[in-house]
Amino acid sequence: MSSSTDLGRPDPETMTAALTRDGRPVSDRGDTVCVIGAGASGLTAVKNLKEHGFGVDCYERETGIGGAWNWRHDRSPVYASTHLISSRPFTQFPDFPMPDDWPDYPHHSQLLSYFERYADHFDLRQHIWFGTEVVRVEPVEGDRWDVTTRSTGGYGPERTSRYAAVVVANGHNWSPKLPRYEGLEEFRGEVMHASSYKDPAQLRGKRVLVVGAGNTGCDIAVEAAQQASRCWHSTRRGYWYAPKYVFGRPADQVNDSMLALRVPLRVRQWLYHWTLGLTVGDLTRFGLPKPDHRVYETHPIANSQLVYYVGHGEITPVPDVARFHAKSVELTDGREIDPELVVFATGYLPRFEFLAGKVLGDDEGSGRPRLWLNAFAAGHPTLAVVGLVQPDSGIFTISHWQSVLFARLLRLRATRPDRAAAFAKRVIAGIGERYSGKVKDSTRHWFEVGHGDYLRALQRALDELEVGR
Amino acid sequence: MREAERLRIVRAREWARPERPARREVLGVVPEVEEGRPPLLFVPGFGHGAWAFAEHWLEHAASRGFPAYALSLRGHGGSAPAPEATLRSYTHDVVQVAASVPRQAVLVGHGAGARVVAHALARYPARAAVLVAPVLGGWGTFGNSLRRNPGGTLPAVFGGGLRLSRRQLFSRELPDAEARRYVSRLGRAGRRAQWQLLTGPDPEPAVGRPPVLVLGSPDDRVVSPAALTRAARRYASAPLLFPGMGHDLMLDARWREPIDAILDWLAKDPTTR
Repeated sequence: MSSSTDLGRPDPETMTAALTRDGRPVSDRGDTVCVIGAGASGLTAVKNLKEHGFGVDCYERETGIGGAWNWRHDRSPVYASTHLISSRPFTQFPDFPMPDDWPDYPHHSQLLSYFERYADHFDLRQHIWFGTEVVRVEPVEGDRWDVTTRSTGGYGPERTSRYAAVVVANGHNWSPKLPRYEGLEEFRGEVMHASSYKDPAQLRGKRVLVVGAGNTGCDIAVEAAQQASRCWHSTRRGYWYAPKYVFGRPADQVNDSMLALRVPLRVRQWLYHWTLGLTVGDLTRFGLPKPDHRVYETHPIANSQLVYYVGHGEITPVPDVARFHAKSVELTDGREIDPELVVFATGYLPRFEFLAGKVLGDDEGSGRPRLWLNAFAAGHPTLAVVGLVQPDSGIFTISHWQSVLFARLLRLRATRPDRAAAFAKRVIAGIGERYSGKVKDSTRHWFEVGHGDYLRALQRALDELEVGR
Repeated sequence: MREAERLRIVRAREWARPERPARREVLGVVPEVEEGRPPLLFVPGFGHGAWAFAEHWLEHAASRGFPAYALSLRGHGGSAPAPEATLRSYTHDVVQVAASVPRQAVLVGHGAGARVVAHALARYPARAAVLVAPVLGGWGTFGNSLRRNPGGTLPAVFGGGLRLSRRQLFSRELPDAEARRYVSRLGRAGRRAQWQLLTGPDPEPAVGRPPVLVLGSPDDRVVSPAALTRAARRYASAPLLFPGMGHDLMLDARWREPIDAILDWLAKDPTTR
């Protein structure tokens, strides 16, 4: 553990003669690693780098930890009723379990208190610069990085520090993705993205159209069913709505019993369809479209209540929106409905505005990074993106192991450069690898991974790194 | 050795069947002035409860500035009864309590509690670990115990409780009345856990590379000096010895010496400050 004396922070006094490309002074932070973001992924990166003996500077634009899970943050997508979608064993950090008397699916406020305890337990706050946003991250000679920061909101001067490595953990669920619809500008009703949905009071007594069948869309549709005077739920296709409990246990735990037995995907899909057939039943009788894909081919939806409210007539399933009129919404089947409020639960897009797209392998400017293991960029051995995954399970376990792998890689760069070089080659060879079965092509599935496949791939990468080939 | 250091990422079986919660007794003594010392978590061995550390060691550690906690594994002391407990349940208890103390903890395991700590080290990045008179298990432990205490050991083979005698646990320096009082408080571990101590899987490698201290007594009638040396070698060190003491170093007449040695080691070690 590092003592408090070596925790110097970039300080104008200690600036060396180094300059950025455009001639601004740089403070050299030596072997220190920079972590961007103090959400769940950033915190575990700080903790694991520290555990592997590195100095760490973490920059956080907000004034608290927790990122997306801190409802006080303006970029937090959580709403009052947000609960976990995956159960506790899949969601917690593997070396810091959540209290075992917590519910199977804890509430977002419990998650935040869990991260607060994690930060205090491992003494992470001393490494975090709060209220500081990262403006630019530029690669410089020797695989090092110039990181330019300023106070959140653009106040105060910019300062640039040079780091041995950078971990990007800025999250990918904060920049709303809003689809284009014809006539949306002339629509007189209220329109919001799910990111600004906070409380069911926003729905009370209104005629509400919820667009999108992600987990958020389904949650909001359920709340609209309870609060609104009318709820339409528009989905592009039919989905598999899995209950949160099957056979008296959290559904993901039942699923992993089969993974543990190495039941092949096809058989698991068949069993899943069969179980849903027995419990949820045929959804087409409610007017929901038949799924056009097998389960595990789209991001799983875990919602026990949606079908319940459809069955009670509180949710009217409708197809995709064709266009908006001033006072109504036209659907693709020709029907017209007249909502007062439209909630777009249409997801989020990743954004790395501080980093040139090509650093992350996005040459054509589509916004989609091209990485190996969703974490490592070709040609930049000292850069890692942590938490850029959309697993069919919890993210934090994955972020933990990603950062352990990166910390070990950084250590080997000093002790066994041959192995670090082999790893760099592996990154180039593996760019674009997928860790799930076939999935529907959509921005929603850019980072989709099956947790079993993905974690096994991480295990192999870690083994190869440690043992060599 | 490489294989021994391999981290295990996928634990589908454990995720699918999480350990059930159980009411756990945790006793703690916190120093009056916070001195920034790491908290200690004492893990008693089979049959013992948190009370064994509450007698002397908790107070003493706190008086030297270390926040000190002890837990009773499920089925022991004031924790909920758990006749079907396994080593995994015990490990779960330790990790749960370790994660609940305010700061990264030092795990101190006594007797079979050291085996539980060894398992816990693979699940929780302890700041350091101390194994006191460690019973790390295996058939050697069994043979030794059978030779020294056949009457108390044999029933355990058939699912009964392991009975430890006064002469095994304490030196002759400890007044008879006290020894009798301690022995009367002993409970028993789950029979599955007892079996697993002999046949269960070896502990996985520790995460977070904690420094490990092994100590014990050459006159311990449960753990032989050879077993002590073996345990220490596993963690690349030599055991610290306290001649003339029984197995229960925290209750024996000269309880102050080993705990002082532990605290000195923690105060000195740069990684634990």
